[in-house]
Amino acid sequence: MMLSILHSTILLGSIGTVAAVILFVVSKKFYVYENPLIGEVEDILPAANCGGCGSPGCKAFAENLVNSDDISELFCPVGGNDVMKQVSQLLGKEVAEQDPTVAVLLCQGACDVRPKTTIYQGPRSCAISSLVYGGETDCQYGCLGDGDCVDVCDFDAMYMNEETGLPVIITDKCTSCGLCVKACPRDIIEMRPRNKRDLKIFVGCLNQDKGGIAKKACAVACIGCSKCEDICPKDAVIMTDNLAYIDPVACSLCRKCVEVCPTHSIIETNFPPKKVKIKKPEKPKAAPIAKTEINPEKPSTDA
Amino acid sequence: MLKTFPKGGIHPAENKITSSKAIRRMPVPKVVYVPIAQHIGIPSEIVVDRKDKVEIGQIIAKSGGYVSSNIHAPVAGTVTKLDMMVDTSGYKKQCIVIRTDQKNESNFETPEFPLKKEITMDQKDILQHITDSGIVGLGGATFPSHVKLDLKNDNLIDCLIINGVECEPYLTADHRLMLEKADEIVVGIQILMHALHIQRAVIGIENNKRDAVEVLKKAAQDDDRIKVAALQVKYPQGSEKQLIKAILKREVPKGGLPMDVGVIVHNVGTIFAIYQAVQHDRPLIERVVTVTGKKIENPSNFWVKIGTPIKDLVEEVGGIPEGTRKIVNGGPMMGKAIKNTDVPITKGTSGILVISEEEASRKESKNCIRCSNCVFVCPMGLEPHLLMNLSEKGFYERAKAEDIMTCIECGSCSYVCPSHRPLLDYIRFGKNIVKKLEAAQN
Repeated sequence: MMLSILHSTILLGSIGTVAAVILFVVSKKFYVYENPLIGEVEDILPAANCGGCGSPGCKAFAENLVNSDDISELFCPVGGNDVMKQVSQLLGKEVAEQDPTVAVLLCQGACDVRPKTTIYQGPRSCAISSLVYGGETDCQYGCLGDGDCVDVCDFDAMYMNEETGLPVIITDKCTSCGLCVKACPRDIIEMRPRNKRDLKIFVGCLNQDKGGIAKKACAVACIGCSKCEDICPKDAVIMTDNLAYIDPVACSLCRKCVEVCPTHSIIETNFPPKKVKIKKPEKPKAAPIAKTEINPEKPSTDA
Repeated sequence: MLKTFPKGGIHPAENKITSSKAIRRMPVPKVVYVPIAQHIGIPSEIVVDRKDKVEIGQIIAKSGGYVSSNIHAPVAGTVTKLDMMVDTSGYKKQCIVIRTDQKNESNFETPEFPLKKEITMDQKDILQHITDSGIVGLGGATFPSHVKLDLKNDNLIDCLIINGVECEPYLTADHRLMLEKADEIVVGIQILMHALHIQRAVIGIENNKRDAVEVLKKAAQDDDRIKVAALQVKYPQGSEKQLIKAILKREVPKGGLPMDVGVIVHNVGTIFAIYQAVQHDRPLIERVVTVTGKKIENPSNFWVKIGTPIKDLVEEVGGIPEGTRKIVNGGPMMGKAIKNTDVPITKGTSGILVISEEEASRKESKNCIRCSNCVFVCPMGLEPHLLMNLSEKGFYERAKAEDIMTCIECGSCSYVCPSHRPLLDYIRFGKNIVKKLEAAQN
């Protein structure tokens, strides 16, 4: 009895020792040097592996940061300036500070303002239906409503609003990784700076058709009337192809363009409601402008 | 046993209800909408301006490059605007809008061209005429014909195949053209054989068009270089590669062209257009279109001016019947539903098909049951179920390795799938991505 225990202990012990020696020799012989900094940088990064920086995952981005001499063009949109500052301190390299951005939807064509003129029966995917034709409505620039952007969002920051048929971006959860921008075949999601308190003014339309055609297809389309361009004190509105675009850098958030837009296609977010009544109690001429709530709570039914 | 291609294929219900109806001339439309992207390749460049007066057959858009084609005014009249219009692609494209001049007689006289058999031009002139006349492949692919005929070394080609297969159900445009213009088609073939120094031509016709086989055999009896081959009825025999395999038993290599196996294939409609261009100097401004559908009052074949809105055609056959779900540009297998009836006829429109709710509706897609019917019917020997899954899941490199790019998009797989899976939709999507990735690599 004792002998068999002794035999097996010696046998297994010697196999273990030999294996340990082989493993030791091999690990010394085939040792691959990796900069320990890479691991440290990776620990700082958010580990979201979203690809928003352009590298395939956080590890690859960490390698990139450590190995490049100039990292001023590299940026982790999820971590933002805080993370990049830490990386800068660790590596002793300069990083460029970037304004935090957030995804915004450049289409307001909900079912009630943009009527459907055809029925699409193929697979529910924007990428596929955009190959077939211009979409179920007469606007070939707007949202197709099949939710490719929602499918790719890794941060649960988007959902489809069943009533409007449009995706909704939950601004607080959005990390501006840019996956939705790449997934959208119509390029209707744009990354815009968050500004202070997340105040934003932008044209919620991409329709390049002439005014009449655009208006017929969608009641809230930009008709290219240039009223916003005329009124803008900062020349922040750029008109191209019957379409206004507000340059986020030049815009001073004065909200004058929002008031003049005849189709309400300019969206303002998170501004406090204007005190129209107190300012001009005698002549409340202008109709109150509909506020677009871009940051509503996710409905509980959708969970 | 009749010839056919060996692998795959299906036989959908033929429904050729218009095969006995002679081609009528469509009344000249009041307004024509001529898109500038009617062919594969670079869109043409507009050379007219608003308020210009144009004559019938005048060039209104010039070829924009080598793989491109001229576009001619289908009617005499005034250019009213250059506008964006939804065309058969489902997207808005640049269009030239011409209002027909009601007083100009050239619009309303029916051109009668006597048969002209002597070929007086030399090779260079023939090719120049074909280039200038804006002729593209009228089978549906609309590939500019002069590119196919511009051979670097014409010794390599030993056979010309004329595609009169018309394997799509419902369509009878080519069938009627072969019956009514057989002599002209034979002269057209002789023109091409003369221009390219080819000593052999075969006209491939499916055996459900026995009358066309007989008529063409009779028309070609004096020329023993031209043969007529009756083929077994099987879809997609009208595809170039399948037709070559059926007639000559040669296989076009992967990613290659028929030229690589010494063959050039042309549709009968293209041949007739070449005849008209070379012998009568008439550019491609009209084509035969079948307007059909089970519930249509009076389905017919028409000579239609390019640019005629589809609504004019549908009204001519008795209007849109009740319960219509889709109006398809082309045949039921490869055609594409149009967005609205203002869409104009282009050079590639061989038929307008009006289909009802029960015929058109897609059934709900269910799980794959591994029956492998799609593999059996694929004429290219692919595995459609696999390609669909790879495209859906985003494995584009693997899809490329599984030869997704050789798919001819015939739709046989989607047709037979008992689970109604959208196989072709995903394969087409995958092809598109693979094409983009390839372009990005180069």
